Amino acid sequence: MKSVIDWLKKVSKKPLFLPLVSVFLVLVINLVYDAIQGNYVFEFLKFELKEGALYGRIIDILNRGSEAAILAIGMTLVVSSSAGTDISVGSVMSLAGSLCCMLLAGFGVTHVRELGELQMPIFVGVIAGIAVAGLCGLFNGFLVAKMKIQPMVATLIFFTAGRAIGLLLTNNKMVYIHLEQFKVFGGKLWIFPTPTVIAAACILVMAIILKTTSLGMYVQSVGINPKASRIAGINSVAIILLCYVICGLFSGVAGIVATSRIYSADSNNIGLNLELDAILAVALGGNSLGGGRFNLAGSIIGAYTIQAITTTMYALGVAKAQAPVYKAIIVILIVVVQSPAVKAYFAHRKAQKEGGLAVAGRS
Amino acid sequence: MEKNNMNKKKNINSHSILLLITVGLFILLYAAGYFMYGFGANAKGFEKLQNFLDIFRTNAALICIACGMTCVMLTGGIDISVGSLVAMDCMILSVGMENSGISPTLLVPFVLLIGIVFGAVQGYLIGYLGIQPFIVTMAGMFFARGMTAMICTDQVNITVDNWFKQVAGIKVYMPFELGAVVNKRGVKMVPYVNIPVIIALVVVVLVFLMLRYTRTGRSMYAVGGNQQSAALMGLNTKRTKMITYILSSFLCSIGGVLYCMNTMCGTTTQALGLEMKAISSAVIGGTLLTGGVGNVFGSFVGVLINGTINSLVSFNGELTRLGGTVPNVVSAFLLFVFIMLQAVFAKLRERKQ
Repeated sequence: MKSVIDWLKKVSKKPLFLPLVSVFLVLVINLVYDAIQGNYVFEFLKFELKEGALYGRIIDILNRGSEAAILAIGMTLVVSSSAGTDISVGSVMSLAGSLCCMLLAGFGVTHVRELGELQMPIFVGVIAGIAVAGLCGLFNGFLVAKMKIQPMVATLIFFTAGRAIGLLLTNNKMVYIHLEQFKVFGGKLWIFPTPTVIAAACILVMAIILKTTSLGMYVQSVGINPKASRIAGINSVAIILLCYVICGLFSGVAGIVATSRIYSADSNNIGLNLELDAILAVALGGNSLGGGRFNLAGSIIGAYTIQAITTTMYALGVAKAQAPVYKAIIVILIVVVQSPAVKAYFAHRKAQKEGGLAVAGRS
Repeated sequence: MEKNNMNKKKNINSHSILLLITVGLFILLYAAGYFMYGFGANAKGFEKLQNFLDIFRTNAALICIACGMTCVMLTGGIDISVGSLVAMDCMILSVGMENSGISPTLLVPFVLLIGIVFGAVQGYLIGYLGIQPFIVTMAGMFFARGMTAMICTDQVNITVDNWFKQVAGIKVYMPFELGAVVNKRGVKMVPYVNIPVIIALVVVVLVFLMLRYTRTGRSMYAVGGNQQSAALMGLNTKRTKMITYILSSFLCSIGGVLYCMNTMCGTTTQALGLEMKAISSAVIGGTLLTGGVGNVFGSFVGVLINGTINSLVSFNGELTRLGGTVPNVVSAFLLFVFIMLQAVFAKLRERKQ
């Protein structure tokens, strides 16, 4: 019994403890709900093949959570290196989608139904969308790294302008691209949902980069102390700039996925409030928003946790507009448990207990 | 010692220059509008005093909220819950009056009380538990927006005739018929404002005085300037932070009441993005997000600049046809110009020291 408690104590200190516990709790809530409703108890985990595609609640979470997970990768780097958040990602997503659709359909055209109507190959449009998002990231990075402007204010510019520029590009209209070749990014690849595959690929690429290069270490050291890192020979300006560009590129990828999902450029709604989800994912993953050490796996689990919470709430019958209330309560509970003051309080109590024992032993 | 004093003077100068630039930009912007839409063949009414007062009328709530935001930003924090809180206030007021028939005499103080409680919770979490302001107020934002939907998901219009509606309808004419014009039908039109504008202006003056002359106000600057030195000086930084967030949410609730007086309805999508407007107004007005530097008057001018941009765009038929997003691009560009100026000044100051 004692060894179990010791093991728990040891495990609870691991960085991934909190995100995993959150996922576990969501799972338990789902199981209990299904049991009460008299459904198959493992309804939540069940998935099956329907019309050549995987189908099920867990698949849905993995599918719908892809954009947030992709954004969370870039956001983690940004938060770690610059101790600030990039609030423009949602807006940049919609800009990337709008540009892509505009290039494919031609300015002013609202519907594309046949391959022949395309102005250029699909991959050119997709790459242009991702590239423009990268440029937005470069602009943000320049303001933050070079001009030393607070990240939130610097990214506020594209937060306001990105969506608006997207609307101007599409002439204030929805641009539909009814083509299977374009729908594939938000649809299915063989039996798997493509967004999940793309998210997995992004995660894999980032993991390989972090494993094979020393980028991760540089980012953390810049985040902990930019001046000291500069003195140690790290070009902190370049590192921060790079982080914002990576974040921009990933928001471009997420934007293409979101656009392809609804096969249309909808500047007003694509990526709406997704920047908040991405930031939340980073915080839930056990990363400090004050910069420094980061844990990519935590952020990604955090992103899927948020999606799991959302999906669960919809499954429990909570209306879409009311869901934020529960989300807010869950967020507050998680951050309060993580907060330095609460941690210090428990550490103090523990120290008092042990201190008391030590004194008793000595006398 | 003398050198120190001189440095201090220079610092203050560079800050007041930011404020001067803001005021100058506003005058420039307004003059541009005046020459574009107020003269000769192009005259569309921009030259009228009423147009100037309309900027106040449409932005009365924003002025209040920007004051609260300035205080929060002075302490180095941020409050992104304000937009949702305004929506919740509007919904409570409209549902309370329209569906439940509760008197506004009870509802208005209730809404203000909600603001105080809301701010106290946020302030406690930020000040005493040391959680990051962005996360806490983001949760507040989700909470308030969700609560709005919980109260009612439909649009509720206030049609009940009570003092709330009457007060909202009162026109306060300019004294001595200042700027009065005779319209095409020969009726004399005296420019007017409404009650929300007057309340907003009173709030600006009160917050300005509070920041300048009271102990709480000075501690806000001290906490934002350098939290550790403030704590070493014996200031209660935790309490100051909590008070700041209470003040912000309280002013935001006043803003919510004013907003409701303007729109006379409650919807779940009301005041979307208002927090960003408040933040950008404060930044344009020369308040630094790092804390310690700023002025309510600057934020007030910042709101006017945002309002003038919107007004200019609405006067331009071409831009209006392009859609309602053009003001966003223009104000984003202006924001960019401003923060670049701030950055340049910050760098110059660094070099001097």
